[in-house]
Amino acid sequence: MGLTGVKLKGLVLVLLGGLLLTSCGGSQQSQVAAGNLQGVFHMGNGTEPQGLDPHIVTGLPEHHIIQALFEGLVTKNPTTLEIEPAVAESWDISADGRLYTFHLRHDARWSNGDPLTAEDFRWSWQRALTPALGSLYNYMYFGIVNAEAFGTGQITDFSQVGVKVLDDYTLQVELKEPTPYFLQILDHYSTFPVHRATLEAFGSASSRLSQWARAGNLVSNGPFVLSEWQVNSHIRVEKSPYYWDADKVKLNAIVYYPTENLTTEERMFRDGQLHFTNSVPLEKIPTYLKEQPELIEIAPYLGTYYYMINTTRPPFDDARVRRALAMAVDRKLLVETVLQGIVEPAYAIVPPGTLGYDPPKLFSYDPEQARELLAAAGYPEGQGFPAFDILYNTQESHQKIAVAIQQMWRQNLGIDVGLVNQEWQVYLDSQENMNYDISRRGWIGDYVDPNSFLDMFLTGGGNNKTGFSNPRYDQIILQDAPKVQDRDQRYALFREAETLLIDNMPIIPLYTYQSSHLKQPSVKGMPTNIMDYYNWKYVYLDAQE
Amino acid sequence: MSHDSGILTVTEALPRGVSLWQDAWVRLRKNRLAMFGLCFLLLILLLCLLAPWLTPYGYEEQNLRLGATSPSAAHWLGTDTFGRDLLTRILYGGRVSLMVGFIATAVALVIGVSYGAIAGYAGGRIDGAMMRLVDILYALPFMIFIILLMVVFGRNLLLLFLAIGAVEWLTMARIVRGQIQSLRQQEFVEAAISLGLGPAAIIRRHLIPNALGPVIVYTTLTIPNVMLLEAFLSFLGLGIQPPASSWGLLISAGVETMEEYAWLLIFPGLALSLTLFALNFLGDGLRDALDPRTSKD
Amino acid sequence: MWRFIGLRTLLAVPVILIVITLTFFLVRAAPGGPFSSEKAVSPQVKAALEAQYRLDQPLFQQYLSYLGDLAHGDLGPTFRYPGRTVNELIIQGLPVTAELGLYALLIAVLFGVLAGVLAALKPNSAQDYVPMSVAMVGICMPSFLLGPLLVLVFGIWLGWLPVSGWGNIPGDKILPSLTLGAMYAAYIARLSRSGMLEVMSQDYLRTARAKGLPESVVIIKHALRGGLLPVVSYLGPAFAGLLSGSFVVETIFQIPGLGRFYVQAAFNRDYTMILGTTVFLATLIVLFNLLSDIAAAWLNPRLRFQFRKAQP
Repeated sequence: MGLTGVKLKGLVLVLLGGLLLTSCGGSQQSQVAAGNLQGVFHMGNGTEPQGLDPHIVTGLPEHHIIQALFEGLVTKNPTTLEIEPAVAESWDISADGRLYTFHLRHDARWSNGDPLTAEDFRWSWQRALTPALGSLYNYMYFGIVNAEAFGTGQITDFSQVGVKVLDDYTLQVELKEPTPYFLQILDHYSTFPVHRATLEAFGSASSRLSQWARAGNLVSNGPFVLSEWQVNSHIRVEKSPYYWDADKVKLNAIVYYPTENLTTEERMFRDGQLHFTNSVPLEKIPTYLKEQPELIEIAPYLGTYYYMINTTRPPFDDARVRRALAMAVDRKLLVETVLQGIVEPAYAIVPPGTLGYDPPKLFSYDPEQARELLAAAGYPEGQGFPAFDILYNTQESHQKIAVAIQQMWRQNLGIDVGLVNQEWQVYLDSQENMNYDISRRGWIGDYVDPNSFLDMFLTGGGNNKTGFSNPRYDQIILQDAPKVQDRDQRYALFREAETLLIDNMPIIPLYTYQSSHLKQPSVKGMPTNIMDYYNWKYVYLDAQE
Repeated sequence: MSHDSGILTVTEALPRGVSLWQDAWVRLRKNRLAMFGLCFLLLILLLCLLAPWLTPYGYEEQNLRLGATSPSAAHWLGTDTFGRDLLTRILYGGRVSLMVGFIATAVALVIGVSYGAIAGYAGGRIDGAMMRLVDILYALPFMIFIILLMVVFGRNLLLLFLAIGAVEWLTMARIVRGQIQSLRQQEFVEAAISLGLGPAAIIRRHLIPNALGPVIVYTTLTIPNVMLLEAFLSFLGLGIQPPASSWGLLISAGVETMEEYAWLLIFPGLALSLTLFALNFLGDGLRDALDPRTSKD
Repeated sequence: MWRFIGLRTLLAVPVILIVITLTFFLVRAAPGGPFSSEKAVSPQVKAALEAQYRLDQPLFQQYLSYLGDLAHGDLGPTFRYPGRTVNELIIQGLPVTAELGLYALLIAVLFGVLAGVLAALKPNSAQDYVPMSVAMVGICMPSFLLGPLLVLVFGIWLGWLPVSGWGNIPGDKILPSLTLGAMYAAYIARLSRSGMLEVMSQDYLRTARAKGLPESVVIIKHALRGGLLPVVSYLGPAFAGLLSGSFVVETIFQIPGLGRFYVQAAFNRDYTMILGTTVFLATLIVLFNLLSDIAAAWLNPRLRFQFRKAQP
């Protein structure tokens, strides 16, 4: 043993020493304090981003990073959400609202110094619509003339699509109908430009296997450039010297951390590792509100949490049953107890305050009437009601809500409900194949307009999946509303459609989302807004705080 | 070998066995930790089994307005965020945790003992082939397979038993095979063969009872492993379905709120940890008691 | 000896093939595909995606081409992270998990052996009960309970150590290593206790004592060597187990290791990533088992002889 013993002892000592050295060296200053001085923003960002190709990714974590790296024709003011010029300096809209002419600024550049021109947009949009790429957000373009035909492979000649390069700095877009929210779509990352030469250098532009969007390869046109990306550890972006509005950008860098576990994220914040968290664990909210209200920010969010009903399965094919279920849910109790009072009860699908739209309120919590409806449908006191399940994806908060509703239905209607949780991909599959009785679902608006919620429930719509179908509803959403330019008139049509929907009750609205974040006092220029939207060039850190 | 001597050996084996068990029991009683473990275990088992008669609450009975309250006269261990009585949930959760522990171990026991006994008794080529298979299975990344199974086939208690049982039988098979192999060469078995007993009867009546010591020890140590495995799966969201509960599920929920509602972590944590302690101490005690080599000191 | 090694290596090949085949078809049998999305996916888009990842081919052909790629050491592209390969993610995650496992094992050996030896010196006394009880905390407290508790005490209340991360902030490696190590300390304590007890009752120790050697010399020079043999043969499988069992700790502490990649892949239906990590870990486990068998055979001549006899 002699020799090996000595060797082993040495090895142990070296390793332990290493562990201690790497661990205990360095200063005690927190990451946040250091970040405040250096202008480095540390942010909890939910899950690990799938990628940074604006035409491929779909999630919010990706959005937060792409918003720093790229920029579209327009951007939004973080306080008012009004459209502001970005790559486009100005634009003209024809009288019928169908022809947009964008004048691009001459000093817009890519992060390698290349000038950014109208052709970059045309090429990027063609790429995003190319069927082989399989972009999940290709429907964002479908308001443009012939974009849908190109995107679904019916035509292969992009020059037939309503996108024209008039000169290097002028781009013209022709729409099928006057789409009042079209400018908002241009601030969605699926319409951001990508750098053609870089993409082509890394293989086929429509390949998902391309490595162009990696640290070291990625060329972008936004206020920041990608400098480091360690999967499951962090992503770092640094201020771009070529950005046209670089004078306005105050942060020197942003570091994004994947934080799947909310509890861990909250501890990281408390430990001074994060300036800003992606979310706040429900249980911590009352404590923060009571003890450190200055650190927590809660704001209305453009999203609705609801249960959808499979109306093709008896007994849910009876609207009275669906209404009884909806009326037997005490949303106020649910919100105040399970959800810690930070969200608002919802009685319709479109969140209130969507740019002045007011959703109808057609029912309220009424266990008495719910019981009558159920009796009329043939189930007095819930007798003989077949067994059914609430489906939700595996997560603590969904489970809590389901458990509470299970109890309410049992108490108010005398019916027994089972709970089924499936993990995410299986849950999505069950919804897709309508293999459920009642399923939880949340919907976040892609843009601030009732249409972003109401076009879900078109007959056979990919996001409908309830079996709801109403010809008048389809006509309003597809034919009538898009033609109307006057806001009041449009909203009246939407209200009519939503009334049809809620009367039929293929969904049980539960509550309107709220965004919640923990934010260090040093963070400035990050106001709350209904889209939970951050415009990074406005954000700065005040070391004095 | 004469007919007579065979009978003699067979009958001799029995009193020797009985006195071995008596000896072991005496030794075990001297081991205070093991006895504490045994008593604690019996107590917990009793409490969990009698749960419906012990508490006035149902395990899924909510009181949303009440919410999470610390221990009080009405709720001895407090309530969770739904206002459900924690004591009740721990008792019912214990049923699930213990059931998983015992049933999955029983699955492992049945497979492992029969497989090991057959291999050990048959010997030769059959034994070689059967044990190579065990070697192969040993090399599979089982934790990964269990996760995969739960993801693929959904959360199903029966599957959980089978999956865990299927992992744990391997060591059991090895232990039993080793025991049987050495026992087989002893005289009383040869006597039983000459008496005309079939292999199944010999394995069942003579070999397994004599190999029981190590099997009991290993079983006692497998149960806590299995319970821990169930807790891990609960943490990953792959355990049993709510509103039912298990200790693992209660703990992983309690961890989330440990600063706000410490009791939601402390009590389920104590229940699981103390039970695992008890099982481990009992297992160690049994090993010392049943293994004459280590008990010489 | 060489024959023994050769046979074991030959045996490893079918094992790994079985793992690949089993995992391949098991994953495909799972409900939910890698491209399910909360927003509706049109049939055209879905077809385009499947074509990009060769999922439009017949299943058996996919299996064959997977085996073909594997023969070249190519585990394929991941579905979850466009533009990344499974090889690259494994190469990125492995050192992190290996380092975590190494520190954990060091801690486990240090505490485990100490507790086990102390206990074996005076069995059934306080010197036995106390260290063994402390060591047992590791197997009686699931790591998802121990980890957050340590974080709460050392990270939040005392503020001594960072609460998460790996290599970003000084000191962030201590708590995860401790949490993972605790689990194995108890097993090692047990193994060394029983190993020591067995050795101490053997004749050569009595001879050593009879020769009048001081007790400390007897224990350190003679007893430890034989008594810790089971610990040595446990280390191989333990390290392999650490590698695949670290995902809970990696999740709690946000560590970018292999375990977390695996669990995420399983949930995301990232077919190639699940397969890749499973195959990789299976190979590692086979390898470590092999190494520990060889090491044990080499350390113990009696066993070496047995092995020779066991192979027909």
